Amino acid sequence: MASVTLTGLVKEYPNGVRGVDGVDLQIADGEFFALLGPSGCGKTTLLRTLAGLEAATEGRIDIGDRDVTGFEPGERDVAMVFQDYALFPHMTVTDNIAYPLRIQKVGRDERSARALETAQGLSLAALMERRPAQLSGGQQQRVALARAIACHPQVFLFDEPLSNLDARLRLEARTFLKQLQKSLGVTTVFVTHDQAEALAMADRMAVMDGGRIRQVGTPREVFQRPANTFVANFIGATPMNLLDAQVVGGALDFGGFTLPVPGEGGRASAWPVAEGDKVVYGVRPEYVQCLPAPAEGAARGEVTAVENLGVSVLVTAQAGEQSVRAVVPESDEPALGDTVHLAPSSERVLLYRADGDGELIGR
Amino acid sequence: MSTVAGQRRSGTGSGTVSGSRSGTGSGPGRGLGAGALRLVAGRSVMYAVVCLLVVFFALPLLWLVLTPFSPTPSYKASLSGFTLANFEDLLANPQTWPSIRNSLVLSVGSSLLVIVLAALAAYALSRVRIPGRDQLLYALLLLSSIVTGTAAMVPIFLMLFQLGLIDRQFGVVLVLSGGLLPAAVFMLKDFVDSIPRSYEESARVFGASPSQILRHVVLPVIRPGMATVGVWALVQVWGNFLVPYVLLSDPSKQPAAVVMYTFYDAGGQPNFALISTFALVYSVPVVVLYLFVNRRYGFAFQGGIKG
Repeated sequence: MASVTLTGLVKEYPNGVRGVDGVDLQIADGEFFALLGPSGCGKTTLLRTLAGLEAATEGRIDIGDRDVTGFEPGERDVAMVFQDYALFPHMTVTDNIAYPLRIQKVGRDERSARALETAQGLSLAALMERRPAQLSGGQQQRVALARAIACHPQVFLFDEPLSNLDARLRLEARTFLKQLQKSLGVTTVFVTHDQAEALAMADRMAVMDGGRIRQVGTPREVFQRPANTFVANFIGATPMNLLDAQVVGGALDFGGFTLPVPGEGGRASAWPVAEGDKVVYGVRPEYVQCLPAPAEGAARGEVTAVENLGVSVLVTAQAGEQSVRAVVPESDEPALGDTVHLAPSSERVLLYRADGDGELIGR
Repeated sequence: MSTVAGQRRSGTGSGTVSGSRSGTGSGPGRGLGAGALRLVAGRSVMYAVVCLLVVFFALPLLWLVLTPFSPTPSYKASLSGFTLANFEDLLANPQTWPSIRNSLVLSVGSSLLVIVLAALAAYALSRVRIPGRDQLLYALLLLSSIVTGTAAMVPIFLMLFQLGLIDRQFGVVLVLSGGLLPAAVFMLKDFVDSIPRSYEESARVFGASPSQILRHVVLPVIRPGMATVGVWALVQVWGNFLVPYVLLSDPSKQPAAVVMYTFYDAGGQPNFALISTFALVYSVPVVVLYLFVNRRYGFAFQGGIKG
């Protein structure tokens, strides 16, 4: 068991593209850590650099108290589960699970016994003589996990291990994987592009974009207080409303309507903003009420789209120049073209700088 | 095949045209009748052509199967009686078994050499990025047909002479393998290309060395490809006449393909009894090998990972 520390890690490809661009990260011993980001954000490159499959251009990787930056993958004491599982098609389940032990020169009988022991914990014992092609996707995934577990590594590296499963199986595997990780207590780094997966499973997570880490925190922190507009836009089942506004006369002018500055008393002086500053006003659609009558702190808009989300409805309304989304209960579903009054709950509102990286303005 | 499709298309096409032209008055019956007639005529011609082709290709095979058992072997493929005397003659010939053994030495030797070298080269060419890799492969493939071809025999002879490899089976194995390698590398590279890199990366993370990765993962996965290439190389060498004929002078080292050429009687007439019987014996191992490999692996000229 070990912690993982990345210091100033850079992975630059020969064509000058930086897959990982200066990453500093500390992952605690036994932690389930998710790397989340859109495709091409460098999360898989970061994982592969951590595994040693890509050589770091700059920076340093520590696993436990060892600096493993220049080490071969096999010397790092990590186990990786690949997106396609990478099970060897010509070997039985037993031989697949026992492969790391074969490399460690464990005798045939002992490695079969240990493979069986590991497989029993993952309810694979009945399939030991099968080949990967004769297994279902879920079974293949468990064999890949068993193979990683069998070599007792200090760190697990998972590269989107759930993305090849169908939707229902993925939910089961999610719970299973989280329980497994907690019972083994092995530090785990998990790459995913599915934010629901990251939010559900991770102890802590990093959101990446363009090779950089944009925010690190617990799933709750990342969800409730995204550190910048990128994370705010990326996280959440329905994207956050990010509305351009300007501080005018102590209130926020959205071009067509004004709302008070959120918080107690609605005074701009409570925030580190000055008159005339351009800001981005962020509020999740779940925290916007859709009222039929005018109210204090509500913007008047016209419904332009209604999307059914199951138990609730996503309403898109045009208010002035802004398009505002709100999630309303299905019983209150408005019709297209209705006039509604959109009231954000002010304690849930976040303000971001309109320039630079769109950083969160502290309250 | 194109003639078949052409015949059929022209037959049905004219049928529909004449049918629609006759229109409402005389009904579709007459047009269909003419079309059907043309269809039958077209089919008849086609079948006649196919029969001729079949006879053309089947006759030599028939000769190969019938003549060894004929008491009066000749050019004709006829079975006038049945005898095994030709086989007794063949067994009595002192050159028969040594030449078959020589054929085995040359073909198995070349085949093994080709499999080993082609597998290593294919793996390297598939995994290492070299500028102009594909051009190199295509150039080698084109040149390889020259190496074992007639045109290069004189330089090859001179080269082997200088190397002291004339009249040595090892020299023949080297020349034949050299000619077969580019195509073998080309075929095997296709198999290696189809192995996902994650297999090797996965083994690497578990600490496998490059040679372990090759032995444990890559070679077992491309085994069907190696079998295909091995049999292909074996058959190529087994049937090769020119290279051993030119490079081997000692009759006791010559393979069956060359020895068969010497089966003439004193008057310069071909000894049909020996030639036909030997030809049958000579072709049996290749057919058996083909059937064996086909059953074991199935012939595949492209890589493919199932599951």
